[in-house]
Amino acid sequence: MSSMTVGLPLTWRRIPERYGLIGSRCEICGANYFPVRKICPACRRKGKMKDVKFSGRGKIYSSTVIYSPPSGFELDAPYAMAIVELEEGPRLTAQIEDGSMKDIKIGTPVEMIFRKIQEDGKEGLIHYGFKFKVVR
Amino acid sequence: MRRVAIVGAAMTKFGEEWERGFRDLIAEAGVKAIEDARMSGKEIDAIYGGTMAAGRLIGQEHITAMIADYMGLNPIPATRVEAACASGGVALRTGYLAVASGIHDNVVVGGVEKMTDVSVGDAAVALGGAGDQEWELFMGATFPALYALMARRHMYEFGTTEEQMAMVAVKNHANASKNPYAHFQNEITVRDVMKSKKVASPLKLYDCSPITDGAAAIILAPLERARKYTDSPIEIIASSQASDTLALHHRKSLTTINSTVVAARNAYNMTRMKPSDIDVCEVHDCFTIAEIIAYEDLGFFKKGKGGKAIEDGETALDGRIPINTSGGLKGCGHPVGATGVKQAVEITWQLRGAAKSRQVKGAEIGMTHNVGGSGATCVVHILRRAD
Repeated sequence: MSSMTVGLPLTWRRIPERYGLIGSRCEICGANYFPVRKICPACRRKGKMKDVKFSGRGKIYSSTVIYSPPSGFELDAPYAMAIVELEEGPRLTAQIEDGSMKDIKIGTPVEMIFRKIQEDGKEGLIHYGFKFKVVR
Repeated sequence: MRRVAIVGAAMTKFGEEWERGFRDLIAEAGVKAIEDARMSGKEIDAIYGGTMAAGRLIGQEHITAMIADYMGLNPIPATRVEAACASGGVALRTGYLAVASGIHDNVVVGGVEKMTDVSVGDAAVALGGAGDQEWELFMGATFPALYALMARRHMYEFGTTEEQMAMVAVKNHANASKNPYAHFQNEITVRDVMKSKKVASPLKLYDCSPITDGAAAIILAPLERARKYTDSPIEIIASSQASDTLALHHRKSLTTINSTVVAARNAYNMTRMKPSDIDVCEVHDCFTIAEIIAYEDLGFFKKGKGGKAIEDGETALDGRIPINTSGGLKGCGHPVGATGVKQAVEITWQLRGAAKSRQVKGAEIGMTHNVGGSGATCVVHILRRAD
């Protein structure tokens, strides 16, 4: 079992954000957000949110290596996870792939890659989304 | 607003209580607390229960109705309060508001979690619900990983070390060994922590609070009537709560929990007190780094100096500000919904002078600090001897 058996509608709704790194920009204050937000936390009802596609480039803000994985991620462990700061400003949580673990330090440049994140057993949905890799 | 006192306090032994279920645990804590208040069940007007994940852990929702039933308290109103790991603290605050407002006179506040009826993996998944399910847990993050991300940043910004974090676990095990209700009764060394299994670097197994069963309960009454029930009423002089973003990655800083800063500031303002007025404090050490960050956010030490504070023994039982005399979440255990209530039980015992071999001499003012998730909820209470 994965962290929760995630239904098809939820997975389908999240495709633009998880596959394409679509977030929001508030046209009033200029702040960028990921994932999509309907209300700008700074401007609230005065804000005007518009979809925006982020470049997928960023750097490591903090990182860890997970040795004790949650259900559904056993085959991946140990794996690196980080909070990545995108060059447009927003931060997100993602796995870091394709780097030897010692390359991952605060400030290391990374870029988005498209990967399988988890699956609901052998016959269930396969959930895709973003991971990041170290830029060499 | 009426002044509110704690007139009864009790808890079960915390631990892996395989012989006892959810209903047994909360009934034991509730009955002992009512007896401690020399009250009859007929005098109770309402019950507030803090539990985080009963639906995932024992498959039962509608949990507070069940508690009222099993304690023989029907037909009084019974309300569940959920705020992840802060469920107990927020239940206490909800009970406090009910008594302060005059809506209810005598209130039971319970906290409970039965965690060992499911596998460790399933318990971890249930606890994951305290974070952002779609954008943290879905990606493969765990709760230790979120606190590891804070720890890594605290080490980077302030030079905090893994050994300093280990010292938090050592202190809290030492305190727990003096607490017969604690999950762990053994002392450990820095070397034990450093050699324990890696969980999410830099955190190791002994940096993490355990999966624990247990319950705690508090009886609240209007201060003006408190002497009817106890010789040593403890007044709740501040109850303060704040929130922050659900996901850790949305915070401006990973080395401070802003909900703690705001809740503590408001609590100090309500009482015109400052951190140095607090004699004893229970903080939310779900991971060792969380205790170090709490030292700073509650104002006991400057930002970045928490690691040095534990190293210098400032927060030990005989230190300048003893912290987590119960053993904390690390040593006493962390039955999630029970923790916030247990913190108030420990401080009540300390202020009554009833904490035996872990008593802080002359303690008159105490604080509890209960955090939900990675900091999306924080609730702070300041308690004072009222005799």
